Amino acid sequence: MINLALEVGKTAAPEATMFWILGPLAVIAALGMLLVKKAVHSAILMAWVMITLAIFYIAQGALFLGIVQVVVYTGAVMMLFLFILMLVGVDSADSLKETIKGLRPIAILAFIGFGGLLVSLIGRATLGHQIVGLDSANANGNVPALAELLFSKYVWAFEVVSALLITAALGAMVLAHNHRVHQRPTQRDLSILRFRTGSLAETAGLANPGVYALHNAVDVPALLPDGSAAPTSISAMLEARGDVIDSSPFQLGQAEESEGEDK
Amino acid sequence: MTTAEILGQDPGWIILVKGVFVFIIAVLATLMAIWAERRIVARMQMRIGPNRVGPQGLLQSLSDGVKLALKEDLIPAAADKIVFIIAPIISATTCFMSFAVIPMSGPVSLFGHKTAMQMTDLPVGVLYVLAIASVGVYGIILAGWSSGSTYPLLGGLRSSAQVISYEVAMGLSLVAVFIYAGSMSTSEIVAAQQKWWYSIVLFPSFVIYAISMVGETNRAPFDLAEAEGELVGGFHTEYSSLKFALFFLAEYVNIVAVSALATTLFLGGYHALPGLTFTESWLGGWFTIVWFFAKVIFFFFIFVWLRGTLPRLRYDQFMKFGWKVLIPASLLWILIVATMRVMSLRGTSRGGVLGFAVGIVLVVLIGSFAYDSSKKRSEQIPEVEIPEPSFPVPAIPISHGPSAQSEVSHG
Repeated sequence: MINLALEVGKTAAPEATMFWILGPLAVIAALGMLLVKKAVHSAILMAWVMITLAIFYIAQGALFLGIVQVVVYTGAVMMLFLFILMLVGVDSADSLKETIKGLRPIAILAFIGFGGLLVSLIGRATLGHQIVGLDSANANGNVPALAELLFSKYVWAFEVVSALLITAALGAMVLAHNHRVHQRPTQRDLSILRFRTGSLAETAGLANPGVYALHNAVDVPALLPDGSAAPTSISAMLEARGDVIDSSPFQLGQAEESEGEDK
Repeated sequence: MTTAEILGQDPGWIILVKGVFVFIIAVLATLMAIWAERRIVARMQMRIGPNRVGPQGLLQSLSDGVKLALKEDLIPAAADKIVFIIAPIISATTCFMSFAVIPMSGPVSLFGHKTAMQMTDLPVGVLYVLAIASVGVYGIILAGWSSGSTYPLLGGLRSSAQVISYEVAMGLSLVAVFIYAGSMSTSEIVAAQQKWWYSIVLFPSFVIYAISMVGETNRAPFDLAEAEGELVGGFHTEYSSLKFALFFLAEYVNIVAVSALATTLFLGGYHALPGLTFTESWLGGWFTIVWFFAKVIFFFFIFVWLRGTLPRLRYDQFMKFGWKVLIPASLLWILIVATMRVMSLRGTSRGGVLGFAVGIVLVVLIGSFAYDSSKKRSEQIPEVEIPEPSFPVPAIPISHGPSAQSEVSHG
């Protein structure tokens, strides 16, 4: 199975060129991610770092990993992050003050732990080993080779991780689920109720607030066919504040004499 | 020789020529698509549609494009300027990238060189298209956020939730195709459909893909991200001039791209209709490109037809449909497909596999009948307390006026 990306990865010169272009960009973006003020900018830079990493993976022959990195991390995880950031509206106004005591030492401890883990992993993988590349692993194609490993040698770990993730997702759903005290009436319920109770005057829906040539606003009650004002057409909030204008001057034939707004 | 091997021998300049070809095709298709959509929708609504500029109004989109480019380019004061400019660029560049792996023709001779009209063939080609699509959504979301106003933000939020949910359904619908084709490469999937199209063999997958591709491209009836009746224009409310034109372009190129992917995965790609396979050798193989675009145009017509027919879904209905119908249905379907595949690979007779499929269908039918008949259709008036008719106004503590009354009615 020949493909261009792998071809590019094998030749030294194009890969070096790519590395020297994308490498600095990735590092700058990674630094920027820590330094920019706005959380959304940080998320965008993070997405960019993920994409450059994916390109590096592809160039080195790990085609499947590279594409999946974009689909899963850039497409789903980062998107969720952005979703939350936009929904909650986290901004530079966010204070850096600790709200929960003792977070800082825990964070430093976790940092040291993860750093140590990373260093030891990289050391184990590189020190005293010859670099062999992915050529022999990719002999039967990148995807079949990965599938073979995942579903034979690592099938246990794979299944455990998926079970863990599903449990976590279910747990989050259970924790975030809140039970309604009253069932919310559906459109169907409301429609049935409109016909079964009271008069049929409102079956077609409530009247909109007044839209008149002289006064186009939400604070004028709509006029019913008999000339009386429809009290349900304006917000009860406006009524309570006393911000409602009488709509009788806007009746047909009387509009000329009226002065419009006289609050 | 497989398509992948043919493409592996392409010299650089052939790839460049094909890239230019794909770009021109995509842009031209966009211009044609906008015109065609306006004309078709007009027919469906008993109007005539644009018919002034050029023959049959064909040049209408071109003049609209020029007009758009000459308009004033506004950047709102509250906008995040850099992101505001980057967003349409992301949208417009990513939408072209998925065409790189779409096989548009069989083996042909281009300037005396044997090749196929497909820029490159990745072993994970279909996943690549998914990846590009997911990056493309960044354009919409960032546009919504960076505009610094409410409607675009809501549009951006809607679109991110929409894409996350419908990409799951879309990805799952593709799994059955991968299982049957034994590959994720677009050219091999097309080759595997020489005998039977997957739209017939894997009909449920086809339906799920067709639904989720409409959701993925933000088209009616799933155009909640720009719902003009609710959000003005959604994520692109604040955009004008060329930046808006880029979003416009991206939308239509995306429609062509998902249609092309649907053609590749389910309608046999560039292969001719069954019974007309002799046409594939016409013009030295170039005629296959006609078949390919005929199928893409078929899908595009469906898009327009949907828009002309269906009203927009309510947002909660849309989400419920994605998570509670499409995703469980495709998971169940994958289980069935995988079982059938393993059975036939293990040498179970054709009758056995077919019997299993019919058995599953029967079980599902009986289950649904049982569910329907057990559901009590209550004829009572629903027990709901309807509050006084009021408008959704947040309860703000009021300092003046008869405040007691407002607290009673809104508290």
